[in-house]
Amino acid sequence: MPSGSPVLEADVPAPAVAPQLAGPADRLRHYLRAVGALLWKDLAAELRSKELLSSMLVFALLVILIFNFALELDRSAREDVAAGVLWVTTAFTGTLGLNRSLSQEKDRGSLDGLLLAPVDRSALFFGKALGNLLFIFVIQLIMLPVFTVLFDVSMLQPLLLLAVLLGSIGYAAVGTLLASMTVHSRSRDVMLPILLFPVAVPLLIAAVRASSGVLTAAAWSDLSPWFNLLLVYDVIFVAVAFMLFEYVVEE
Amino acid sequence: MEKPSTRLQILNIVSAVLILIAIGLVFFYAPEELVMGQVQRIFYFHVPSAWVGFLAFFVTVVAGIMYLRSGEPFWDRVGHSSVEVGLLFTISAGVAGSIWARPIWNTWWTWDPRLTTYTIMALIYIAYIMLRQGIEDPDRRARFAAVYGIVGFISVPITYFSIMWWRTIHPVVFGSASENAKGTFSMTPPMAVTFFFSLFAFTVLYFCFLANRLRLARLQDRVEKLKAELLAA
Repeated sequence: MPSGSPVLEADVPAPAVAPQLAGPADRLRHYLRAVGALLWKDLAAELRSKELLSSMLVFALLVILIFNFALELDRSAREDVAAGVLWVTTAFTGTLGLNRSLSQEKDRGSLDGLLLAPVDRSALFFGKALGNLLFIFVIQLIMLPVFTVLFDVSMLQPLLLLAVLLGSIGYAAVGTLLASMTVHSRSRDVMLPILLFPVAVPLLIAAVRASSGVLTAAAWSDLSPWFNLLLVYDVIFVAVAFMLFEYVVEE
Repeated sequence: MEKPSTRLQILNIVSAVLILIAIGLVFFYAPEELVMGQVQRIFYFHVPSAWVGFLAFFVTVVAGIMYLRSGEPFWDRVGHSSVEVGLLFTISAGVAGSIWARPIWNTWWTWDPRLTTYTIMALIYIAYIMLRQGIEDPDRRARFAAVYGIVGFISVPITYFSIMWWRTIHPVVFGSASENAKGTFSMTPPMAVTFFFSLFAFTVLYFCFLANRLRLARLQDRVEKLKAELLAA
């Protein structure tokens, strides 16, 4: 076999030994490639089967439908309540997605394979969390026009998208950490909401208040505390989750 | 079964005595409050209970961090015991607060942020206990519990922090009162003495309960080990 075979020189690091890296820039590049590879794995798997997105989407639409019937709203009430309905739907759909996403890892044993890879454990966390974030955010982006139509409230405003993004980031970060624990427990599906919802409350409060403020065209001075709180929550919990993930997956 | 150590027995007696003195102070020494009357005396039990609830959670977090760093099962037992004792004090603080609220605020419950935070803290405690029950492997259980304790604890001040941006009807005895706070009062010296003594007594009571629960946890672990040895033999 000629040396320099194209298969062996494919664009991946050598399997068993982490490459000797020159400096921080190289390490960062290696780290980001690991995160990207993991994210790409999740996206590719999802694009093939569309299992996660389709179930999350149908679930979200059904929840919105139930809310529409459960809360018979006139137009003025809708603007107050629309934000709440949006985030309740996100919370439930998010747990569905998180559960499925992490159960797949455990049941197929791919988590063990990932742990053997020569990458920092936190890269695994970021890859997984970014994938979950993407799924949640995509579902919300699909939901917003549905809301606009059903609730007759214009949901396609930039500040609202910002609130949705910030809320999803925090939720995905904490959710990924907690879901990676609950997949090991009995009654795993109900365990995640039990663990996640109390901890996600400040995030949901801030997200609902920010969204509702945007929809009722509140002044920025009223909105900024809530956006600040969203930002603070995200920063703190992304950091905490990324530091603690290692303790969750170690064997 | 091994008897509780002498230190533990002394702690039990001391806590009982302190609580009795505190009760005496509350009912016979502290003056009656001007506006609220006798029901204000709940304050001397409610606030220390609430304080102990937070203290217990803090102990759980410290124990969690120590466990993750050292792997010593002792820290896991401390965390677990503290959560159970803390839940007890948290619920009793909530009930006492509710009893106080009925005549003063004219409602058993309100979703004001401080109360809401407190409920959430109780729910995090309960979730912690349920998580432990759901996991079989002891090492994994201890690790996961430690992680969740840390995550939960960090979320509580953030939830509490959102009070800063909310108007609240919860009385603020220490610190600036908002104009909506009903039931706020300022403390005279005998009240302050009673309050701080009660606070001290409740803290000692917490450590007493914690120590007893820890002993129980240690015995439970020993039983588990003996069972495992027996089944393996």
